[in-house]
Amino acid sequence: MSSATLEQSRRGFSLAEYITCLNGIVWREALRFLHQRERFVSALVRPLVWLFIFAAGFRQVLGISIIPPYETYILYEVYIAPGLMAMIQLFNGMQSSLSMVYDREMGNMRTLLVSPLPRWYLLFCKLLAGTAVSLLQVYAFLLIAWFWDITPPPIGYLTVLPALILCGLMLGSLGMLISSGIKQLENFAGVMNFVIFPMFFASSALYPLWRVREGSPMLYYVCQFNPFTHAVELIRFALYGQVNWISLAVVGGCTAAFMIGAIFAYDPSRGLARRGPAGGET
Amino acid sequence: MGRDDIAMTLSDAPSAAAAPLPDKPVERDTAAIPALSISAVSHSYGTRRALIDVDFTVAPASFTALLGLNGAGKSTLFSLVTRLFGIQAGGIRIFGHDIRQTPSEALRLMGVVFQPRTLDLDLSVMQNLLYHAALHGISRREARSRGDEVLSRIGLADRAGSKVRDLSGGQMRRLEIARALLHRPRLLLLDEATVGLDVKARADILHHVRHLVAEQGIGVLWATHLFDEITPSDNLVILHQGRVLASGEVTQVLENSGARDVNSAFTRLTGARSGSPES
Repeated sequence: MSSATLEQSRRGFSLAEYITCLNGIVWREALRFLHQRERFVSALVRPLVWLFIFAAGFRQVLGISIIPPYETYILYEVYIAPGLMAMIQLFNGMQSSLSMVYDREMGNMRTLLVSPLPRWYLLFCKLLAGTAVSLLQVYAFLLIAWFWDITPPPIGYLTVLPALILCGLMLGSLGMLISSGIKQLENFAGVMNFVIFPMFFASSALYPLWRVREGSPMLYYVCQFNPFTHAVELIRFALYGQVNWISLAVVGGCTAAFMIGAIFAYDPSRGLARRGPAGGET
Repeated sequence: MGRDDIAMTLSDAPSAAAAPLPDKPVERDTAAIPALSISAVSHSYGTRRALIDVDFTVAPASFTALLGLNGAGKSTLFSLVTRLFGIQAGGIRIFGHDIRQTPSEALRLMGVVFQPRTLDLDLSVMQNLLYHAALHGISRREARSRGDEVLSRIGLADRAGSKVRDLSGGQMRRLEIARALLHRPRLLLLDEATVGLDVKARADILHHVRHLVAEQGIGVLWATHLFDEITPSDNLVILHQGRVLASGEVTQVLENSGARDVNSAFTRLTGARSGSPES
């Protein structure tokens, strides 16, 4: 190899190359999502079942007092809508982690990890791609919910976008962090039992925290420490054009912590390095 | 391998032989920096030592066979060279770039075909290539042009829109090699690239890779456990139980071991009753 060629290979990456890489990863994630139509349907059916059936049943049981950001009494369906939006993102984040475990088992993950671009950037792109897919699902849900009289102010559809992006990144990085610790696809059922359900039910997604406090002060504190609670509240406030600063700080902090953890876990000298090669390889 | 595959083999592909890349002149200077330099590399999984003081180089424009039985440590070595695993001891350089200190520069010069298939089966042939190109920062227009070029070179131009899962095993391997070359690397690593393929598909792929060495000056490290994939003009590294038992030109290895062929040399060096279970 000539010294000129070697010198050329020493240059870093241009902004255009970074953007091309991001576009490629998002494009591939979107293609995979479109190919898996049942995934899209199930991602919508889950919150809609909660909205149409669960909420209809509980609206007479659970009274909601006037709490911020609401300025008047609201229907239970309206209350749980932000929680269901966050639930879509939670499931999407975990689905992404499942697909990372699958990719790792099938070998596809190597294609990503041997790219010359910095690994932190590749993982960040992967997170952004997962978040973009979750946004499609959430806005499809909001569209259907609109016909169910869940009509936040029109500006809310725009102001909620940054909150959704941040929450999507937080839940996606949590999923990525978890995926680094799962050795086999079969172990993923544990994630459902030990991560998704506790996070969802021990939060303000289905009932306001003041009600939880009345029933169980201990659970109230658990909910307060649950980052998913803050994701729900961040989305709830943003949907009405407001900012819940505490939730923003918690979600921002957790996003950074989970992302650093995931990047650390996928560092070749740490996370993947601890494992042996894939089955059959030596 | 189907009839179509036989009719459209790599060696038959019209542009395969005469397609040096325009902006990458072929280098034949053996005194140049090694394409791959592995120095005193050791690696353990817990208490099990997978590699012990592995030392060898791959010159540019050369074909080096890394021969070892299953479990010899070939895939571990590939994972270290491609930075999937962190290096515990020793050093690895790609054209002088330390894989630990300047991984981006090193990975940019390297194309890899892993032992397990790493194609996305749900995407089309071209979509797989475009995805790989994007991961190397290659613009979509350029990627499509290069994709068309490599597909016609491997005889899959008419399958660009086909889902990868509809390809035969041999076609998938050829596609993986084409993908590994899309960003125009100077070093190509292939980890048991012919495993699971029939005799004809194996021969085609080997022929294609040797063509790349001869025509484009690419350095190739070819991991295998099959003796019949090695020719006298190759370089050879024998890896056994994590140690390099011999390395150099095949003729030199044969001379040093006092054997007539690679099979015998391997058997003598490793003490194995029969060298390759699948040769």
